This record gives sequence, C-alpha cells and structure tokens, in this order.
Amino acid sequence: MLGKLSWEAIPFDQPIPMAASAVVAVVILGVLAWITLKGWLPYLWREWITSVDHKRIGVMYVFLAMVMLLRGFSDAIMMRSQQALAFDSQGYLPPEHYDQIFSAHGTLMIFFVAMPFVIGLMNFVVPLQLGVRDVAFPTLNSVGFWLTATGALLVNISLVVGEFARTGWLPYPPLSELAYSPGVGVDYYLWSLEISGVGTLVAGVNLVTTVLKMHAPGMTYMRMPMFCWTTLASNLLIVAAFPILTATLAMLLLDRYFGFHFFTNEAGGNMMMFMNLIWAWGHPEVYILILPAFGVFSEVISTFSGKPLFGYRSMVLATMAICVLSFMVWLHHFFTMGAGGDVNAIFGIATMIIAVPTGVKVFNWLFTMYGGRIVFAPPILWSIGFMVTFVIGGMTGVLLAVPPADFMLHNSLFLVAHFHNVIIGGVLFGAFAGYNYWFPKAFGFRLHDGLGKAAFWCWIIGFYLAFMPLYVLGLMGMTRRMQHYDVPEWRPWLLIAAAGAAVILAGIVLQIAQLVVSIRRREELRDVTGDPWNGRSLEWSMASPPPAFNFAVEPHIEGEESYWVMKQRARQRATPDEEPAYADIGMPRNSATGFICAFFATIMGFSLIWHIWWLVGVAAVGAFATFVVFAWRDKDEYVIPASEVALIDRPNRQARSEALARMRVMAR
Amino acid sequence: MSGAQLAAGGHGGHGGLMFKRIVTGYGFWIFLLSDIIMFSAFFAAYAVLVDQTAGGPSGRDLFDLRSVGLETSCLLLSSFTCGIASIGAQTGRNTWFYPAMVVTFLLGCGFLGLELREFAGMIARGAGPSRSAFLSAFFSLVGCHGMHVTAGLLWLLTMMAQVYAKGYRPDILRRMLCFSLFWHALDIIWVALFTVVYLMGVWQ
Amino acid sequence: MRVRPDGPPAFLGGQQSLRLWGARAISRVLLIAPIFLTACQPAILDPQGPIGLADRTILIDSLAIMLAIVIPTIAATFGFAWWFRASNTRATYLPDFEYSGRLELIVWAIPLLVIILLGGVAWIGAHALDPAEPLASKEPPLDVQVVSLDWKWLFIYPKQGIASVNQLEIPAGVPVHFSLTSASVMNAFFIPQLGSMIYTMNGMTTRLNLQADNPGTFHGLSSHYSGDGFSDMHFDVRSVPADQFEAWVADARKAGSTLDPASYASLARQSIGMAPFTYRGVEAGLFQQIVTQKLPPGPGPQAGRPDRTVSPRTEK
Repeated sequence: MLGKLSWEAIPFDQPIPMAASAVVAVVILGVLAWITLKGWLPYLWREWITSVDHKRIGVMYVFLAMVMLLRGFSDAIMMRSQQALAFDSQGYLPPEHYDQIFSAHGTLMIFFVAMPFVIGLMNFVVPLQLGVRDVAFPTLNSVGFWLTATGALLVNISLVVGEFARTGWLPYPPLSELAYSPGVGVDYYLWSLEISGVGTLVAGVNLVTTVLKMHAPGMTYMRMPMFCWTTLASNLLIVAAFPILTATLAMLLLDRYFGFHFFTNEAGGNMMMFMNLIWAWGHPEVYILILPAFGVFSEVISTFSGKPLFGYRSMVLATMAICVLSFMVWLHHFFTMGAGGDVNAIFGIATMIIAVPTGVKVFNWLFTMYGGRIVFAPPILWSIGFMVTFVIGGMTGVLLAVPPADFMLHNSLFLVAHFHNVIIGGVLFGAFAGYNYWFPKAFGFRLHDGLGKAAFWCWIIGFYLAFMPLYVLGLMGMTRRMQHYDVPEWRPWLLIAAAGAAVILAGIVLQIAQLVVSIRRREELRDVTGDPWNGRSLEWSMASPPPAFNFAVEPHIEGEESYWVMKQRARQRATPDEEPAYADIGMPRNSATGFICAFFATIMGFSLIWHIWWLVGVAAVGAFATFVVFAWRDKDEYVIPASEVALIDRPNRQARSEALARMRVMAR
Repeated sequence: MSGAQLAAGGHGGHGGLMFKRIVTGYGFWIFLLSDIIMFSAFFAAYAVLVDQTAGGPSGRDLFDLRSVGLETSCLLLSSFTCGIASIGAQTGRNTWFYPAMVVTFLLGCGFLGLELREFAGMIARGAGPSRSAFLSAFFSLVGCHGMHVTAGLLWLLTMMAQVYAKGYRPDILRRMLCFSLFWHALDIIWVALFTVVYLMGVWQ
Repeated sequence: MRVRPDGPPAFLGGQQSLRLWGARAISRVLLIAPIFLTACQPAILDPQGPIGLADRTILIDSLAIMLAIVIPTIAATFGFAWWFRASNTRATYLPDFEYSGRLELIVWAIPLLVIILLGGVAWIGAHALDPAEPLASKEPPLDVQVVSLDWKWLFIYPKQGIASVNQLEIPAGVPVHFSLTSASVMNAFFIPQLGSMIYTMNGMTTRLNLQADNPGTFHGLSSHYSGDGFSDMHFDVRSVPADQFEAWVADARKAGSTLDPASYASLARQSIGMAPFTYRGVEAGLFQQIVTQKLPPGPGPQAGRPDRTVSPRTEK
C-alpha cells in the first residue's frame, strides 16, 4: 500500500534533522495560522498563487531562492563547523549525515537558490525592459515556477522522511547506483531535479520566445538593454542544456528502478559516459547562472555611473561568444581521468578561450565607470565587490584549466574555493545587486541603504575569510568532502574559514534586518516617481510597483537607452507631455493550473521515490485532468477599460512631470 | 479576442491573433528543439554502448527489418494523414478533419503495437533491457520515442474532443498547429532512429 | 583554575590570574606558531619528486602570467571607482563616453594575448606531464598495481609477489609505474608531494608515473569522494633507500597471509579505517582478474541505512 514507506523512514534517532524539521514545521504552521487568522488566504490565492503576472511570478521565484538560501546556508555552517572540529576526531556529524549535508548544500544552492534567483530576476525585468505586457506564455510561466517549487519541496521533505543523497551534488555512478546507494536519497535527488528541470525548461522556452518575439515598436535587437541579451543567451543555454540533464538523470533512474546498465559496473555499463553527459549540461549550467548576473552588473554599473554601458556591441558579441563556447569545454571537469595529452590540451585551451570574452566584459565595465559620477548605493557596491572578486575567481579557474595544475588541484579545496569564488562573487553578488536595484520597482519603496551596505561588507569580508583559506588548504593537498582529517597543519585554516562563515552569517542577518526595517519604514523610503535611481531603460518609465498591464500605452523606442532618451527629450521641452489616448487593455486571466499541476507533481515525485505505484497513477491522471480543464476554458483574457487605465496612470504621470520640472529648475 | 487586439494599443499585428499564432508556433519550435536535444543524449548513449553486449545478443541477432519497415510506413503515413487533418482544421471542414485524425490515431496505434510486439519478443528471448548495456540503451532510445508517440496519441484524442466541444476556435487551431508540429517531429526522430539503430545495426 | 582562599576568586580578575592568563596565551601562541610556519609550506608547493616539481613550475608560471593582468585590473577597479565617485569635483564627467575603437581593440587584445601565451603552457604541459608518460631514468621502474576498495587501498607489487594495504613502500630515486583500478566505486589516487593524481575506475586501468627523489614519508589519499568511509582512505607513502626497500620486501614475504580470490573477496567488503598490513604472496594475475571483472565488483552496503558494522558512529 505504501511501498517502501514506513515509520522507519523518519530519523527519530538523529537529533539534528529532527530538531531542524520541528523548528521549520513550527514556523510554517505559525505562518499559515497567521495568514489564515488575518484572512489573507483568499488574497494570496487570488493575487499570488494563481497569478500569471510575470512580475508576481518573478517575485515568488526570488522569494523561493531566498528561503532556500537560508536552508543551504545552514548546511554550509554545519560543514564549516564540522571540519573545524573534526581534527583527529569524528566531530559532531557522523559520515552518513555529513555526506547528506554537503550533497544537499550543493544541490540546493545551484538548483534552488541560484537558478530561481536569476530566473526570478529575468522574469520580473525582461518584459518591462522590452516594453511588453507579459512574457510569451503567462500560464506556462506559472507552471514553471510551481514545478521548481515542487523540486525544492521534495528536497526538503527528505530531511524528515527518509534521507537525502550521500553522493555529492552530482551523483557520480557507480556510487549512485543501487548497489552502492540502496537508500531513497539518490531517488529524492533524481526526482526533484527531473521535476524542477521541466520547470526550468519551460521557463527557458518562455523567455527565449519572449526576448526574440515580443518587443515594443522600435525595440530592435541592437537596442535591447544588456540584461535582455544576457537573458537570451542564458535561456538559449537552458533550452540546449537542460534536456541533457533530464536524459542523463533518466538513465540513472532506469538503472536504479529497472536494472538497466547505463552506468553500472556490470554488463558493459559506462560510468565515464555519465561524467561526459552530466558535464555537457553542467558546464553550460554555470554560464546559465553567471550570464544573467553579468546582465545585472551591466545595468547597475551604467546606471550608478550615470553613463551608457561602454562598448555595447562588444558586450553583445562577448555574451553570445560565451554562450556558444560554453558547450565546448566540459571535459576540463575530468582531466584526471587519463584521457591523454591531446584531449586534455585541447579542452584546456578551449576553456581558456572563454576567458577572453569574459575579460572583455570586465574591461568594458571598468570603462563604463571611467568618466562617470559613481553613486555608492548598495547595488553598485555589490558590483564593484563582484569585479574584484570575480577576477580572482576567473584567474584560479583558468589556472585549473591548465592540465598539469589541475592534476594537483582537481577535487581539492582549491577547486571548492574557485567555484565559490565565481558563484558567490559572481552569481550571488549579481543576484543581490539586482535585488537591491529592482526591489523599489517591485514594491514601491527602496531598501534601507545603511543596512544594505553593512550586509555587503559582512558578506565580502566573510567571503574572503571563508574561502581564501580554502585556496591555501587546496595547495596543502586537502581534498573536498572530508568528514574528518588528521593533518594538524590544515586545522588553523579551517578555523579561519569557519570564522568567515560566521561573518557571512552576520551578513545574512543584516539582510533580513534590512528587509524588515525597510518594510516598517516604507513610507519614508517610498519611490514616488517610479524612477528612484535615475534609470536608463524602460522598466523605470512606469509607477512602482508597476500596474498589472505594465505600460499604460505601448512605448515607442527611439534609441539604445530608451528611457534615458525619453527623459532627455522631455527635459528639453518646456511643457509637460500631453496625456496620451488610453485604450482598453486585455490581460491574461489568472489560472490555478500551475499550482494544481505542481500539487500532483509533488505527489507523483514522492510516490515514485517510495515506490507507491497506485499513487503515481492517481497523480498522473490528476495532472492530465488539470491540463484538460485548462484547455477547456473559454475565456483566457479580461479587459481593463481605458478609463481605469487612465485612473491608474495619471498619478504617476503627475509625479513624474513634477520631478522633471524640479530637475529643469535645478539645471537652470 | 477583442481584448487581445486592443492590447496592441492600435498597432496592427502586435498582440493580435496572427501574432499569437506566430509566437505560439515559435515557442513550440523551441520546445521541439530541446526535445530533439534530449533524444540526442539518448542517441549518444546508444552510440557509446552499442558494442557493449556483455556476451548477449547484438542488433544483428535481434532486429527484424520487415516488422520495423512496417512500423516505419505506419508512422510516415500517419504524418501524411496528420497533415490532412490540420488542413481540415484550418479550413474548418469536419469531413476532412475527423476521418484524418481517426486514421492518424489508428496508424499510431499500429506503430505502437508493432513496437510493443518487438519488445515483448525480445524480452521473451531473454534479451530484455537489463541483459546488457547495449540493450539498455536500445530500449531507452526506442522506448523514449514510443512514449512520445503514446503522449501524442493521448493529445490527439484530447484534440479531437476539443474540436468537437469548442469548434475551430483560434486557440484550438493554435493547439492543432503545435500538435501537428509535434507529430512531424516524432517522424523526423524516427527516421534518424531507424537509420542509426536498425539499418546500421543489421548492416554492421 | 587555582583560587587563593584569601584573594578574590579568579574569575573576578586579580593580578595573579591575569599573569597566569598571559603566560598561557604566550605559551599557546608559541605552540601554534610552528603549525603556522609549516603551514607556510603547503604540500603541493613543496614537491619531493620530478613530476611534482614540474607540476608546481607550471602552476606558478601560469599564476604569474595571469597576475600580471589581474593585479592591474583590480587596482584599476579600485582606482576608477574611487576617483570617479560622485563627490569628487576634480574628476571630469564624460556622460557620453561609450565607445572608443582603440580601447575596444586593447580590451580584446589583452586577454587574447594572455590566453595565447597560457595556451602554449597548457599544450606543452599537458603533453610533457601526461600521467601515462614513463619517466626518463637510468633505473628500471618499479611496478605497483593499485586497487581502490571500499574504503582502503591495496598495493600489489607484481614482481616482488607481495601486497600491502593502506601503506605504500617505494625506493627513493626510482621511478614508480602505477597501474590503477577500482574494486567498486570511483576514487582518485593522489600523493600531493609527488605530483599528479589519477582516477581509479572499475573495469578500467589508468596509468600514472611518479618518483620520490629522497627518502621520506608522504601523505597519500583518495581525492575523489567515494562514500561514508572516504575520509579514512589515506595512507602513508614511505620512500626509503633501495636496500631498505629490499629488506621490507623480504620481511613482508615472511609474514601475513596470501592474497587470492577468497581473501580478496573478504578484503573487498566495506570497512573503514583498516590498519596497514601486508600479504606474503599474491596470486599471479589477480590485478588482471579485477580489471576484467573476473572477480566481481565489491559489494555495497546491505541495507539502505549505513551498515552498523562498518560505519563508526551509527546509533541505530
């Protein structure tokens, strides 16, 4: 009846997961109770859960990422403290627990923090920048988000019911095969990524179509803001790479569930094929993450320097070059397999070639700052922090691309330091820059400046404290994923790294404080005009938060920096603009399809993990029925009448023209 | 519909029905490309594992080109009838649409039936997917295509029911466009599969 | 802490306890200092053989080439950000400076040139230091067959007809030719001070050539995560003069059991932290039988939860 599931699955004997999940359960129940008591459930259902508005979905993606960041970071704290303690002893985490922690940490941080964070930003910003009302497929967008949430939920269920994978964030066979990992941990990993992978693919298809097909009149490709270009490149990579992940994990699932022999030791299976396939997805994946962050930095550095982006065409070229090259370097993840000099050298050099367009980008940001008037708000602090940190991470990356250097540093803590250097210093800093930059657009008030800066300083100091020692440890021959060790020389560095993690913790606490304080002081932080940073692209041309329809009238684009040009023109004119002719606007209707579909996907994933076959069937039928019901609906749009559009738009026009008038006076 | 046109703010095309059809078709093309990439991963796995028979039978011992030839003609013919069905849908003619869809369905079922018979025969001979890495790759690649055909048949029935219930509405026609793209893509994949797996397997 | 009956309790302070604390702090610093000093000589930067030395040279050269461009870039980032701050009235504001053909050329050329240089280093290095490449030496190489098991290392000396577990004895100044495989899951064989690492995989043989120039004891480990007992998969590498090596071989032949399929099967069962020991004899061709899977791959755990007899800290 319940497959492999029994009371045995719940780790009553392990205090740490039990206590953690009890706390989480209390928090979730508390929040749910609070929401219900306040009577907010209908609001949440109407305005968020069933929303197909790209802005709402973008915000929910980012919210998911931040919650998962807390979970992933608590794993990081446990790892750092375990390694700080476990010199010549077992520390406080036995191997079977420690192994789950580092596997969960990597899986969560990549798939459920970095991915949703950048996808959320792209979702929120890109239609606004392109001058359109929504993405190409709004309901599909909601389905994509909820499937991602399903994956995150399944990973977290593994904390209480059963166990998570003990195979690292990429489950290399044969360790991940049934013979060596008979538990449900790997199954949790595989199903949650299969499900969230579908969600990511859907988001990718949606955003590629949006960028390539949906434009305001005059928004040609070479007038798109840089962030749209990096979104395009990143989502092309999603469309091209995620199917490989889906297929590879499916092969491992077939091995585990039906005794196939793709990667087993027996019957001719080939584990090296897994490594090739998984990295054929895995290397593009890091560019899927970093490219949108590059886009954020391009926007932020240009805005806060008060200058256009330097070398726009070069930047476009560099972005697309990275997009193509990222598929040609996967083998550098296993130089130590013994493939021979030619193969290693070719892939090493191919890897280095990616450093060229990346270097070009760094120089172009540098020259964007040159001759600017830089205002040190939190977004640009994150960007400058990124530029300094990322160059170091890029350098160690190229170092690892030199095969003989990799022969010594592969899998060491040097490698761990390198990829945290680029993922924290690149992706996460980019995500935080974007969060601080676009928060006022999303909610109508700015984030607290001082706390934001304090958080930045804690993060960056903590980052260097935590990860520079790992570079040293790598040079000392310490390999990754050690639950304990007995080399006394390693210990001091691990203690410093643990201290660094504590400083980062302070940064996270400050970020939470920043959010809370900003919400409480929202009236004084209010963004009246919708253009708090004197922005240059279209997303700053409407009220904050934007109305459901984004643009009261469709904008006409006449230059590379659309909104900047409009502002300049309005400033030169003495009289304010005339009120435009408002028209009725049709918007997509809400749909619960995404949420219900994810509900069934969760049940299906869970029952597949525990071999509850009848429930799999029920969930499959449910999911199909959901789609049929969706396909049967007759009205997919509702109309906002012109009078209401005018009513919504007028106050913002008023605020904007007042602000412009003030600027005109100041200029005189 | 009127809302959609109004959304364009008076601009021809943008937000209009023709535009929606283009965007939908475009998005579905991108999805199909990603699906083809997924297949190419299974193709790659097959190419790597084709010689790993672990002492078991190889393709030459197992494949019956006559049955597979019949399968192929079923699928190719069904693509033709699917084309007729979409013309019927575009022009709103029931007499073309329904019969063509039914024939497509039957041909698809015939294809699946032949494939399942082949699978059953191989498993009965002890050449199931867990016999060797080669057979794992074979069953996954061909089976993955078969799963797609099954999903396509389910979609086909839903499509017919939709047309019956709602008529040839623009949104239904957009879905019909996607369905026929999907069905033709399965054909293209099968042609590659037939060549790489069966022809090259027998003539090895 | 000692508390004087007439004085204030130590935790309230007081001269003596302060002095005590100071002395302790100093002694503690003195105790930690050597650790920091030795830590200044990381294993990889302190190679003990030709491969390690060559790897290190390439590592440092590549780093130097890149630092030549990375340091100025970081300096420029700080410099530009500081000088062009909004409050600096002396900086010129160039609101339309967005393109310069000459700068673009430089911007593309600098990374390109660096990569061309570094690509050369990588090409030469990847070929010269290919792990399978034999070392040039007057001495004939010593053959060692390495098998990674869950979770220990087996070293077979085919010519000497002996084997050891979790301890590797090699003659100093003699090239060692390793043939490696795995009994079960993937591992990587790594002796940081001797240089390059290489994967071990079931059903396959990888090759690695290393040499220790002088006698000494080095740390060896698995550098690819392989499951619960992974952290204990380390071993000592003892490099000894040739005559001592012969003596060790002779001693090994005198004691212990023989490694044959039966004793191999019991060795292949999962275990953690096995103390080093030797086999007096090895059945000929055992390594080949492992590689060709005539001896089946090592068994995994028997239940989903960690095996109680194996894992050191399982409560259940």
